[in-house]
Amino acid sequence: MTFQPIKGALLVTTLLAASAATAQDAMLTIESWRNDDLTIWQDKIIPAFEAAYPGIKVKFTPSAPAEYNAVLNSKLDAGSAGDLITCRPFDASLALYDAGHLTDLSDLDGMANFSDVARSGWSTDDGSATYCVPMASVIHGFIYNKEAFEEVGVAVPATVDEFFAALDAIKADGSYIPMAMGTNDQWEAATMGYNNIGPNYWKGEEGRTALIAGDQKLTDEPWVAPYRQLARWGAYMGDGYEAQTYPDSQNIFTLGRAAIYPAGSWEISGFNAQADFEMGAFKPPVQAAGDTCYISDHTDIGIGMNAASENQEAARTFLSWVASSEFSNIFANELPGFFPLSNAPVTLTDPLAQEFIGWREECESTIRSTYQILSRGTPNLENDTWNASVAVIKGDETPEAAGARLQSGLASWYGPQQ
Amino acid sequence: MSTPPPKPKTRWHIAVFLAPAVLVYTAVMIYPLFNTLRLSFYAEVDQERIFIGLDNFRTLFGDALWSEQFWNALANNTWFFVIHMLVQNPIGIALAAILSSPRLRFSALYRSAIFVPTILSFVIVGFAWKLILSPIWGIAPGMLDAIGLKFLYAPWLGKEEYALTTLALVSVWQFVGIPMMLIYAALLSIPDEILEAGECDGITGLSAFWKIKLPLILPSIGIISILTFVGNFNAFDLIYAAQGALAGPDFSTDILGTFMYRTFFGFQLQLGDPHMGSAIASAMFVIILIGVCIYLFGFQRRLRNYQF
Repeated sequence: MTFQPIKGALLVTTLLAASAATAQDAMLTIESWRNDDLTIWQDKIIPAFEAAYPGIKVKFTPSAPAEYNAVLNSKLDAGSAGDLITCRPFDASLALYDAGHLTDLSDLDGMANFSDVARSGWSTDDGSATYCVPMASVIHGFIYNKEAFEEVGVAVPATVDEFFAALDAIKADGSYIPMAMGTNDQWEAATMGYNNIGPNYWKGEEGRTALIAGDQKLTDEPWVAPYRQLARWGAYMGDGYEAQTYPDSQNIFTLGRAAIYPAGSWEISGFNAQADFEMGAFKPPVQAAGDTCYISDHTDIGIGMNAASENQEAARTFLSWVASSEFSNIFANELPGFFPLSNAPVTLTDPLAQEFIGWREECESTIRSTYQILSRGTPNLENDTWNASVAVIKGDETPEAAGARLQSGLASWYGPQQ
Repeated sequence: MSTPPPKPKTRWHIAVFLAPAVLVYTAVMIYPLFNTLRLSFYAEVDQERIFIGLDNFRTLFGDALWSEQFWNALANNTWFFVIHMLVQNPIGIALAAILSSPRLRFSALYRSAIFVPTILSFVIVGFAWKLILSPIWGIAPGMLDAIGLKFLYAPWLGKEEYALTTLALVSVWQFVGIPMMLIYAALLSIPDEILEAGECDGITGLSAFWKIKLPLILPSIGIISILTFVGNFNAFDLIYAAQGALAGPDFSTDILGTFMYRTFFGFQLQLGDPHMGSAIASAMFVIILIGVCIYLFGFQRRLRNYQF
């Protein structure tokens, strides 16, 4: 009974707020799947924008990540979607652009702040139109427990041999699970496994574009070799890793029970909050000392404008602001691990995040191999890569067989590979 | 000269009383069903929906990639159903027989306790069992260890050979209350005179169950079987909650519902294809229709209903 008046009050204030907003200000609604970021948008990003542009009100309305695409598509078809739309990279957003739901933003102020690679996630195949402002990328690597490394007495590995030597030492010591990863949810094996260590073998963009052009095949050595390394990982994962889920792995690592966590930089803020030991990060190990290193610096979040929006002008203002360094600074520091893609200078305060972003200086950046163009057909290469990575880790399939299976699936629909 | 028979009065009240149910049912069941069937004859090419006849079905059954997934899902679904028939329904009947015994104390308590999981959400059941069986935090390894059977433990949900059976048993755990309740009601409706007459002829205890009660509850068992069949071939939630849309490991828990969901709504980088999804939904509809028809014409008519 006691909450009734509160509910009533909430209802009244919502109504008042809504009517007040429609009376004078342009009201922008943002569709997003980042419900984890709700407080940061509400407390930091939106107030900063509203202070700079009085007269425009912004509301952040996220939905659950797994449902986002379906929810957004239904809302767009029904005409009830928000003015600004957070864009998934590549085909999901390209389909929205082709269907006329997203506006071409190529001429937006501030679009020049982004490199071609940054824009690739939200451009048409020929690069002529860009329909979302690139917001953030995530970088892959390994996060490790510094205390565990000191206790066992292993050094941070730089090459593949050192990496496995470290894993062996941790396993022999026995007080830590060498690697916190499971295969139950499947995607970690592909995303934090295959596409994490792979760029060092297929030489980043060089191999990725060659695969798209049809000059390399998934049965070629650079594409099978990462599976060979993955096949060795299974031995270092915890008991029952077959049924270990993604949250299980996160918890095992942050509870200090595991030494190495194959990671994406998006983990940083969560891990900072959970773990009470010091963490470090190392980039995917190279084959021989001194080799050029390649990292997966994957375009992950963009933001575009609903073509049916009634507040086009206000939406463009907001998007230009997103392309500015003010937004980049707030976003990068509030969400360490999501790195701005703009060339505008940004300073990071989080040491772990700084470590990840520092790799951009030393290494060549690329994006995940399966995301652009190659996952357009049936069978879906990304989903198959999940499946193959898991099968290889569990030893159900040889690396060569996995490569051959993926290649035959890709060749079945993708012209350049036929 | 004979007067013409009086014109029969139009009985409006029949239409009026039927209307609400007919309208609601048409709007939420019949129209979507036929629209789904219609959708399966179309495909989207260059933002336009075009009629392609049976091409979607040709792809589904003819294309190796699709048909392999379809038959895998159908086989898994059949196994899911077989487990329910072999485990859920016999246990349900046994529980009902025990509960209906007049000598059992606290039977109301047991009845409620066994029925409670049925009203839980799939998400809760899926999540709770995932935790119970988890190799890391779960109580299953610890409990087996306590009775010296630790070697029997395996990360069941992560093993291709066990995952589907495990999930089927979880579903049995959740739904065993339904056959129990239906059979319990049927058992209670058997008049005492029949049982007493049997007793006079020396039929008591277990043989009374096999020779008198079981034949009398056969119609209920038939109904339960068909409910189980329809429920299992429409199942989706538990698998989705426990294993996700990819129904891992390696599609070993993929059933028609998850296959349809993945195709219809898309998954990760795979974009949704409502037309192909509708084709799968139509195939599911036909499978269920065939199953129900076999039951109706093959069994239902041979079951004798006894009137008391």
